Amino acid sequence: MVEFKEDVSIVLGGAAGQGIQTVEEILTRVLKLSGYNVYANKEYMSRVRGGINTTEIRISSKKVRAFVKRIDILIPFKRGVLPWVEKRLTENTVVLGERENVEEEYLSKINFVEVPLNDMAKDVGSSLYLNTIAAGLVVGLFHGDFEVLKEYLRKRFGSKGEEVVSKNIEAAKKGYDLGIKLCEEKTIGIDIKKDEKVRKEVLLSGTEAVALGAVAGGMNFLSFYPMSPSTGVAVFSAQHAEDFEIIVEQVEDEISAINMAIGAWFAGARGMVTTSGGGFALMSEALSLAGMAENPVVIHLAQRPGPATGLPTRTMQGDLNLALYSGHGEFPRIILAPGSIEEAFYLTAEAFNLADRDQVPVIILTDQYFVDTYYNLPDVDLGKIKVEKHIVETDKDYKRYKLTEDGISPRGIPGYGEGVLIANGNEHDEWGDITEDEELSRLMQEKRAIKKLETIRKNAMMPELVGKDDAKYMIVAWGSTYHVIREALETLGREDVAFMHFKWVYPLPEKVKELLEGKFLIDIEQNVTAQFAELLKKELGVEIHHRVLKYDGRPFSVEEVVEAIKGVLE
Amino acid sequence: MISPLVFEPERPGSKDIAWCPGCGNFGIRNILKSAFAELNLRSQDVVIISGIGQAAKMPHYINVNGYHTLHGRAIPIATAVKAANPSLTVIAEGGDGDMYAEGGNHLIHAIRRNPDITVLVHDNQIYGLTKGQASPTTMPGVKTPTQPWGVFEEPFNPIALAIALDASFVARTFMGYFKESVEILKKAIQHKGLAIVDIFHPCVSFNKVNTYEWYREHTYWMKGHDPYDREEAFKRAIESDPLPLGIFYIHEKPTFEEQVPAYKKDKTPLWQRKPKIEEIKKILEAKRAF
Repeated sequence: MVEFKEDVSIVLGGAAGQGIQTVEEILTRVLKLSGYNVYANKEYMSRVRGGINTTEIRISSKKVRAFVKRIDILIPFKRGVLPWVEKRLTENTVVLGERENVEEEYLSKINFVEVPLNDMAKDVGSSLYLNTIAAGLVVGLFHGDFEVLKEYLRKRFGSKGEEVVSKNIEAAKKGYDLGIKLCEEKTIGIDIKKDEKVRKEVLLSGTEAVALGAVAGGMNFLSFYPMSPSTGVAVFSAQHAEDFEIIVEQVEDEISAINMAIGAWFAGARGMVTTSGGGFALMSEALSLAGMAENPVVIHLAQRPGPATGLPTRTMQGDLNLALYSGHGEFPRIILAPGSIEEAFYLTAEAFNLADRDQVPVIILTDQYFVDTYYNLPDVDLGKIKVEKHIVETDKDYKRYKLTEDGISPRGIPGYGEGVLIANGNEHDEWGDITEDEELSRLMQEKRAIKKLETIRKNAMMPELVGKDDAKYMIVAWGSTYHVIREALETLGREDVAFMHFKWVYPLPEKVKELLEGKFLIDIEQNVTAQFAELLKKELGVEIHHRVLKYDGRPFSVEEVVEAIKGVLE
Repeated sequence: MISPLVFEPERPGSKDIAWCPGCGNFGIRNILKSAFAELNLRSQDVVIISGIGQAAKMPHYINVNGYHTLHGRAIPIATAVKAANPSLTVIAEGGDGDMYAEGGNHLIHAIRRNPDITVLVHDNQIYGLTKGQASPTTMPGVKTPTQPWGVFEEPFNPIALAIALDASFVARTFMGYFKESVEILKKAIQHKGLAIVDIFHPCVSFNKVNTYEWYREHTYWMKGHDPYDREEAFKRAIESDPLPLGIFYIHEKPTFEEQVPAYKKDKTPLWQRKPKIEEIKKILEAKRAF
């Protein structure tokens, strides 16, 4: 018998269009409602049909929020899945499925439990029920709540009529009973504790957190051009646009998208664009306009590997430099990179206040791994969200670009107050009219690139310290690797290793330097050139001692991070 | 009626007008001021979003809100300004290079989107600010420093394009005809939906072909033309010499702002709104179940 305790990693693999997504949805929702902590993440190919896509679902007694390499239970829906995930198989891996979907050479390496899913589906009436049977089987293995499963199927298939509902319930029951039987026969043993509190928790994805956070932060205008993996935020926003009473517009190109968002802010709305590296590249011209015109704008940049089209559906943290340096000329910006789903919600909401207050572009960096991850969390605290608008009523002598000590000029909008305002992408005087005056040109450059940047830096958020501040080893990382590194550290259990996570990536607060002094610094990030390590050096003169980098388009796994850290420790 | 003087800016930077003496842009500025005055518009409620080029300097020389943006990008910005606050009168302004070359894609899709803005194109058939290169509307055979062999590309026909795409309002005028131009602009601004006005004007420094005299001799006013007849409008649009002036085409249809869900129940401009926290709560509640 193969037994799994506390934490099981289930991987479903099949072709695009085979319904893996359906099984994933059923499992995560039903198991969460049965009281299990769940986590899910997918990897997929850039094609609509065929290929091999997999989904990892972790079911656990305690909160799990990170990708693991190991596969405990694998359900292949087609041939080719086992070779695709070969490196993730262990001697304990149980493969559940049809004989025809398992290549000969793996039979000796795995625990194969043949289940005739297809025949069972045909017994119910059609091979269409295969997915429901598979879902039922897994829920059965976990002794999940069958009533919940029934209710879910009723909701999901209700619109298709009673016949479809009852057939699906029948299919689920067959799978469920088989799952129970496999446990009773002691083919598979699963020991996971339920937690009643989990039932009431929220199952949220990175994508949804960004979109909901934006709306909570007052976003009422979203313009975009579809591009993986950033499109989900637009899809979610569009589907709820009527409820939120916001504008969501798919436009002709990314250039238009960001210019529209800029226009929306100019008129006092809160605009955002959602894009990925290639789209952001097209936006850099308008980013520079936002810099010069001191026009707020919020950009969600969901990274994927480049250059150019790169790996369109995979993950990387390769666009930090793009976010840092895009746009011609010198102007400040704020770069944020949430590490958890909760953080994505709060940080995206706050991005709008920051853009409004400092009148700069605020870039939220996520990546494919992050947006496609979801897990259960207790709640998000809407009370924590504040919408702080920094719009002033103009008077007759209003100066849009008034020179101030902190580099921030009060921002008016058209139609509010007695004044008119002139915004300008050319160098300008305090009113906004074009100037080529030496003194003014210098003052305006200093206002934007020095005074305002320092104001932003003073207000920058500090990184989060996980572990002891006197630890000898300090891991530094940013963005989506947060939970993977946390779990790796828990696995390691060493008190002399701590972790500093940066959700505020730029500009870095100066105090960070003190916190890193005297430590052996290990930088972990998903790119080739250690962009964040280079930034630490450039911004604060901090030298990284060891770099752990991954850039194959796949997320870091907990195991990989554990191994990498072990390799560094004495 | 308020005085056109209201639209004369008093800012120090607005005094030194950067156009060449005799430039057609001065005439367009006067046309705009008169149109605003005759429409009784308040300076505070008008916004001119301009691109880049000599035409795009207009926001600095007129007392309304302005945003001098990037080459070709005035239309998407103007679209969003109107969408964010539909109570504003929004004008996107630029030259033929700005609107037809660099911004061509935005023009096409703005016609599809139909925001209630006025697109004002100063069409002098040349690039002025960059000193005399051919523009999309430069006539074939015209020699320039960068087309020394003479332009051989087919000129862009904005009127035909706009009618082909079923634009909401399409007109052309020559700024040398002041009164007529004011009337056309007033109608364009009042028109609900995207209004495109192509305004011929000479470039006294770099276009030695299309002069004041040339425009007078090679244009005529359409008489008895029915702007609601699309086929007839298209026929007029492809006439080449003399070139027709007037309102070619009108097609009343819903605007972008009228159709977005944001304004279905509530007409408050976006900047005065609060986030729908209750709706977020509902979604979060749903995420606890399935």
